[in-house]
Amino acid sequence: MLDTLRGGVGAVLGFILLLLIVATFISEVVPRLRGRSGSPELISRVRAWWVMAGLFVLAVLVGKRVGIAFVMLLSYLALKEYLSLVPQRSADRKVLLWVYLAIPLQYLWVFTGRYGMFIITLPVYLFLLLPFRLMLTGITQNFLRASSTLHWGLMLTVFCLGHLAYLLVLPPLHPAGGVGLLLYVVLVTQFNDVAQYVSGKSFGKRKIVPQVSPGKTWEGFLGGLVATAVLAVLIAPIITPLNRWEALILGLLLPAVGFIGDVTMSAVKRDLGVKDASSLIPGHGGILDRVDSLMFTAPVFFHFIYYFVYGPYR
Amino acid sequence: MPDAADPAGLPTWVRPLFFAAIVRPALLIGFGLGMRHRERLPQTGPAIVVANHNSHLDTLLLLSLFRLSTLGRVRPAAAADYFGKAGVVRWVTQHLIGAILIERHHEGGRRADPLAPLSAALERGEIVLLFPEGTRGQPEVREAFKTGLAHLARRHAGVPVIPVALRGLGHALPKGEWIPVPLNLYAAVGEAVQADPRNKPAFTAAVEAAIDKLDAELPTSVWD
Repeated sequence: MLDTLRGGVGAVLGFILLLLIVATFISEVVPRLRGRSGSPELISRVRAWWVMAGLFVLAVLVGKRVGIAFVMLLSYLALKEYLSLVPQRSADRKVLLWVYLAIPLQYLWVFTGRYGMFIITLPVYLFLLLPFRLMLTGITQNFLRASSTLHWGLMLTVFCLGHLAYLLVLPPLHPAGGVGLLLYVVLVTQFNDVAQYVSGKSFGKRKIVPQVSPGKTWEGFLGGLVATAVLAVLIAPIITPLNRWEALILGLLLPAVGFIGDVTMSAVKRDLGVKDASSLIPGHGGILDRVDSLMFTAPVFFHFIYYFVYGPYR
Repeated sequence: MPDAADPAGLPTWVRPLFFAAIVRPALLIGFGLGMRHRERLPQTGPAIVVANHNSHLDTLLLLSLFRLSTLGRVRPAAAADYFGKAGVVRWVTQHLIGAILIERHHEGGRRADPLAPLSAALERGEIVLLFPEGTRGQPEVREAFKTGLAHLARRHAGVPVIPVALRGLGHALPKGEWIPVPLNLYAAVGEAVQADPRNKPAFTAAVEAAIDKLDAELPTSVWD
């Protein structure tokens, strides 16, 4: 377990600890010093961050297999939430079991490092086979809706999120290895979520997508982007093989992609008439609410480094 | 006799352990729970808790909402003709679930008072769980409530009747299916029903209305 702390991972974990302590100071200590009680919403949100960060760091540090299993569990919880949220056809109840079986299949390719199968199974084979299985129910009403919502959910929660796990089996180009890459994309994405939120709360004026997410502003988006770009450039050499220019491009790209994920899932929730995907995480909502941006940044980050950083070595 | 306080003679920690170690983790990982107003559940008896019925797992879901320290005093009503036959099912129903077996049907014209075991439990200060639909029925459709609930409430004036709306199991494990599909389950607990059980139709209607109102608070997922 301790050998995974090498190559700067320990330093970045220390930085995460510092962020959590500062956040707790703001949510709990500062209000108390001023003789007021803090916002219960903010307090539970920060406490949930401790739990989530703790579980994630523990899983990643124990070893590659546990790290992959942890991401697999995230996929399962996210898919379960998605299928609970999106209305299904009663006739497809048994098909849902097959949809769930896509998770062990996809993560088998991660465990065994079969990149070709990892990249082709869901977008091609299941894309072709799932509608066939739906056809076998014999019910054609809402067939198109069923096949598209099921495949879309699989792509987001299993294929896209699964890229996080595949980072762990990439050959190491930096002493921090796959753990460093995983830590990097998760930290940058989650930091950007918070930075866009804080920046929007502080300076927000001009609404950016008023019909879908009225709380989001240009000031929040751009403020978060600048803060995240700085973080992305600073920690890149500590835990990743990225050079300065690659880190800068990713520092600008990931916040934008994270924002796209966030508002895309907002549109889904608005369509379904819910505020949060579930109430699993106090102050945050459901798993889908927490990983909405990560489902989009994970594959973009993965394929960026797979092409530009790993490309010359393949 | 099923109406003894501790019918199995099992140690009192067995049921809380069974729920803490097996039922709760299985429900949480296998399905996921969304709960509203859990603090409204009674922690002391006597009390009657009523819920809509979709699946066999309703009883486990409802029981798992209670505190472990309360669990020993919670007694769900179960149909004797279904769960009381023999063997493992009967043993689990009576001893691990702590259910009270109720005779639903007339046997040859005359039968003993079917509500007597529930009355006895209330008199011992226990919390009785009832599914007044009497059957699981169509998935996620509430059937009309039977009048047994009003009879019981009238006999025990002053015992609070707490409505609970359950949702999700009608899709995750509907009647006639054996393989559960992982989908979130939801429960909403209401305030005690304020209606006079001496007027049976009005009382039953008030409980039905309370559960329908709670059901409207839960996330909707209309299947077709």
